[in-house]
Amino acid sequence: MLDVSIAYNRYKFLGHEFLTWLWFIMEVDPACILKAESDMVSLEVDNRIVLENSFDNRIENIRIKGDEAGFEEAKLSLQKGGVVTELNFSLKIGDHEWKFNIKGESLNISSLKSPETGKIEKKEDIEGAVLEKIYLYEKVVLLVENLYKQFIRIRVSSKWKNETIPLIKKWIKS
Amino acid sequence: MRLLSSSVSITRYKVKGKIQGSLVQTIVDGLKKNFITEIDNQPMEKAAGWTSFDNPYLPDFETSSCVIGAHFVFSLRIDKKNIPPKTIKKYYTLEMAKRLAESGREYFSRNEKSQIKEYVVNALSLSIPATPNIYDIIWNYDGSSLWFFSNQKAANEDLETLFSKSFGLTLIRLFPYTMADLASGITDKERDLLSTISPTKFMD
Repeated sequence: MLDVSIAYNRYKFLGHEFLTWLWFIMEVDPACILKAESDMVSLEVDNRIVLENSFDNRIENIRIKGDEAGFEEAKLSLQKGGVVTELNFSLKIGDHEWKFNIKGESLNISSLKSPETGKIEKKEDIEGAVLEKIYLYEKVVLLVENLYKQFIRIRVSSKWKNETIPLIKKWIKS
Repeated sequence: MRLLSSSVSITRYKVKGKIQGSLVQTIVDGLKKNFITEIDNQPMEKAAGWTSFDNPYLPDFETSSCVIGAHFVFSLRIDKKNIPPKTIKKYYTLEMAKRLAESGREYFSRNEKSQIKEYVVNALSLSIPATPNIYDIIWNYDGSSLWFFSNQKAANEDLETLFSKSFGLTLIRLFPYTMADLASGITDKERDLLSTISPTKFMD
C-alpha cells in the first residue's frame, strides 16, 4: 500500500467525486440509495453544500447554507467544473432521523446528530446508553461504507466512463 | 468529544494486527502502562494518555471496566496548558529587566534570551492548571475497527502514536484511498485500476 500521507493527498479527489456522485444519485435515482439500508425511508441533502472550483491555479470555495437554501448556485458551480467537497445529510429510517456531515477529502463524519435516546439517571444506565448510541451511529457509518463501496466498484469499472459520467454531465446541465 | 453528546464527530480506523495472549488483560495492561498523568504543578505544557470512559478525571482501570458489550470503550485525555502569549511577554520582560539589573549588563545574547524565555514558560507552567480534553474511543476488536470521537488532526495523531505504543498494533485511518483499498472488497484487478485512476472532469 502507498504511504498514507501521499495516498491521502493524491486520492482525495475520490472523496469529492463520491459526494458529487452521491448528490447526483440522490436526485436522479433515489431508489438505488434505498438498497443500501433495508428500512431506509430517505437520504437527502439537508442544508449545506460546499464546493471547490479551481481555475487559473486559484481555488474558489463556495458554501451554500440554510434551511431554505436552494442549490441552484451549487449546480452552477458544477457547471463551471466544480466538485462537491462537503455535504450535509438528512437520513430517515423508520420514524427516526439522523443528520450528519461528510467531508470528501477524509470521508470523516462530523456534526452527527442521532435520534434521541433515553436519559441517563444513574450510573447503571451508562452501559445501555453507550450500546444504544453505538447502534445508532453504526447506521450512519455502515450506510456511508456501503455507498462508498458501491461508488468504488463503479469508479474502477468501464461503467464509470461509458455510463455514469455522461449521465452526471446531463444532470449537471439540466 | 464525548460519545454520549448530542452531536459527535467520528474518525474511523482499521486496526492492523492481533493481540497475542489474554485479550482483555493485554488491553488493560496497555491502558495502565500509558494512562494520563497529572501535569498540574509540573513544568510540563502537555500530556496525553488513556483514561476511563466513565471516570475521566480519576482513571482507574482496576475498578472501572473498559468492556461494554462486544466493544472496548475508553478515552484519550490530552491535558494542555495554554499560556497566553501576552502573559509570557509580560513575565519575560520583567525577568529580563531583573537579570540585567542584577548582572549590570546592557544586553543578553540570543542564546541567553532563549534560556530566559524557557525559564519563564516553565515557571508559568507550574502555576497554570492544564485544560483537559477528552476524546472517546470505541474499539470493535473482532471487527478490527475503531471509532475515535474527534476529527481534530492533532488529537488523531496523538491517538495513533499512543495506540501503537500501548498495544503494539497499527491504526490505519480510513479516508478515500484506504477505504477503497481495505474496506471495499475490491479484487486485485480492481486494485490495480485504482492505482492508475485520475480525477474525472465532469464538465468539458
